[in-house]
Amino acid sequence: MSVEALTLTLVVITFAIYLYIGWRSKVKDTSNFFVAGNDIPAAANGAAIAADWMSAASFISMAGLISFLGYDGTIYLMGWTGGYVLLALLLAPYLRKFGRYTVPDFIGDRYYSNGARAVAAVATLFISLTYVAGQMRGVGIVFSRYLQVDIIVGVLIGMAIVAFFAVLGGMKGITWTQVVQYTILIVAFLIPAIAISLKLTGNPVPQLALTFSDIAKELSVLQVELGLTEYVAPFTNMSALNVFAVTLALMIGTAGLPHVIIRFYTVKNVRAARWSAGWALLFIALLYTTAPAIGVFAKYNLINSFNDQSIEQVREEAWVTKWEETGLLSLEDKNGDGVLAFSSDAAVNEVVIDPDIIVLSTPEVAELAPFVIALVAAGGLAAALSTASGLLLAMSSAVSHDIYYRIYRPNATEQQRLKVGRIMIFLAVIVAGYFGINPPGFVGEVVAFAFGLAAASLFPAILLGIFDQRMNREGAIWGISVGLAFTVIMILLMRSPQVFGTETPVIESFLGINAQGVGVVGALLNFVISFIVSRRTAAPPEEIQQMVEDIRVPKVINKTG
Amino acid sequence: MKETQQDLTRKQKEYWKKNTRLIRVLLVIWALVSLVAAIILAKPLSGIQFFGIPLSFWFAQQGSIIIFLFLIFYYAIRMDKLDKEYDVQEVILTEEPSSKDKDKGVST
Repeated sequence: MSVEALTLTLVVITFAIYLYIGWRSKVKDTSNFFVAGNDIPAAANGAAIAADWMSAASFISMAGLISFLGYDGTIYLMGWTGGYVLLALLLAPYLRKFGRYTVPDFIGDRYYSNGARAVAAVATLFISLTYVAGQMRGVGIVFSRYLQVDIIVGVLIGMAIVAFFAVLGGMKGITWTQVVQYTILIVAFLIPAIAISLKLTGNPVPQLALTFSDIAKELSVLQVELGLTEYVAPFTNMSALNVFAVTLALMIGTAGLPHVIIRFYTVKNVRAARWSAGWALLFIALLYTTAPAIGVFAKYNLINSFNDQSIEQVREEAWVTKWEETGLLSLEDKNGDGVLAFSSDAAVNEVVIDPDIIVLSTPEVAELAPFVIALVAAGGLAAALSTASGLLLAMSSAVSHDIYYRIYRPNATEQQRLKVGRIMIFLAVIVAGYFGINPPGFVGEVVAFAFGLAAASLFPAILLGIFDQRMNREGAIWGISVGLAFTVIMILLMRSPQVFGTETPVIESFLGINAQGVGVVGALLNFVISFIVSRRTAAPPEEIQQMVEDIRVPKVINKTG
Repeated sequence: MKETQQDLTRKQKEYWKKNTRLIRVLLVIWALVSLVAAIILAKPLSGIQFFGIPLSFWFAQQGSIIIFLFLIFYYAIRMDKLDKEYDVQEVILTEEPSSKDKDKGVST
């Protein structure tokens, strides 16, 4: 069978599995629809969080980005894993004890204010929407790259699949498909990684091969010889201040992302919430500790296969011509000496590599069977679909549960709420699909937005709500407003060329911190303002203080004794 | 009656104190292995060799993630013990319908 036929077969099989699970997990009440009936085992929730978390970007692009950033790629590695420590220690157990459906639920109840609830719901919608647009696009890209289907058709197929299991099965359907999707994506990621590790270092475990072999050092020396950056040296691509700020912003932002937080409501109890955070990071770390190894191996291999080699000889390799056709790789003998040369100077550099090629070409470079290439395609789709479905549920519950039920129509019946939930998730699919087909010009910038906003608004408000009993409505509302306003304005000013089409950014940075890291300053402002305002206004009502006492213990100490 | 109530509040406060102390210690380690070892001390530590790679590079791209993982599992294990010590662990219900739990909620 050809690679295309194999890919098509595998994609059809995995999609059939997702549809089957969606059909099997049909739900009839809101508890199952929004939080899977609080019935998900800790390890399964861990796998679902991991699938939710790892998007098409983590799967396809991250290893490549790291291989181009070198040491500074740590912003993604530490930034997108460190947040789970914050979640596990500071948020997840208490939110589970609180035991509702959404993030705005907590903020609205804890700060006894529908205004705060509405702000949190809008923040949830905005964060999730910016994030989901890229996911549907990712589905389309994988389809077009592997099956030569038009991107639009790919997006439409993805929408149909997600709509089916999300509308029918809600959180329950989404969770169990995510468990399967995690399995597919991690197998698809690890097989090529193990193969290339074995080929280049003789050690099948990529993490060990990176630490114990000399390959990272050799790559470093090689890059310096070519005039590129020293791979293992810090701060060659970004300033130390920015590496610090961006890492911290991504960590705090991760802990404030609604689609991740709501997954902790789906487990049975507080204990399971703590353990599922551990399982989640274990499953995520499998990919996140492998990616930097692939980055090093693939880059080393690419430089060695191209540098000082004759262009004709290089083109004899089938994978080289294939990726040249896609435009992800371009070779040009600019000085006409018949051999290729890398250079940091774009005018003389003869090999241009798109970061995505690091992961996509690995199976072919490692000479793996066509089946593995098909598996990588299925893995990319699984990563994009699982993240999209989690985000869609977060959007649906913000509208149907928080805005419709808790604010607009508190008397709605169970059946009405479920119906609105289903309609909203369907609408969310349409909106996500629309942005997948017509990506806004600044789509690449929106991830900075999502993390910055989550860091500056939701994370501080939830954290203070649990750990500061004295925190009140006024403090939280002022804190969120100032944190949000500052972060939004800063990002817009720094990204003005992409957002407003100005010639140059209105401001380059905030005291040296770039748009990706500015959420840290927003979060800090939120904390400080909340604290000052809350101490100058009335303490929260007695019953709210009691509620804070209650969520701090898994079970209130037996009062009958 | 009044005294037992105070006793319980005191016990609950003590449980919370122990919990927050543990959290503080773990978060200090969290910051040390990531923000300090891999960023603030990146330059000095890159002179130290950790097997095939510089020590700070190992923290930045492998070690911090592995230590994060240990921190979360250690916290889960320690809290299981603390829950038991203070008798606040939730009863593991086998057939209890979960809807009951969510309805009583915290609608105060």
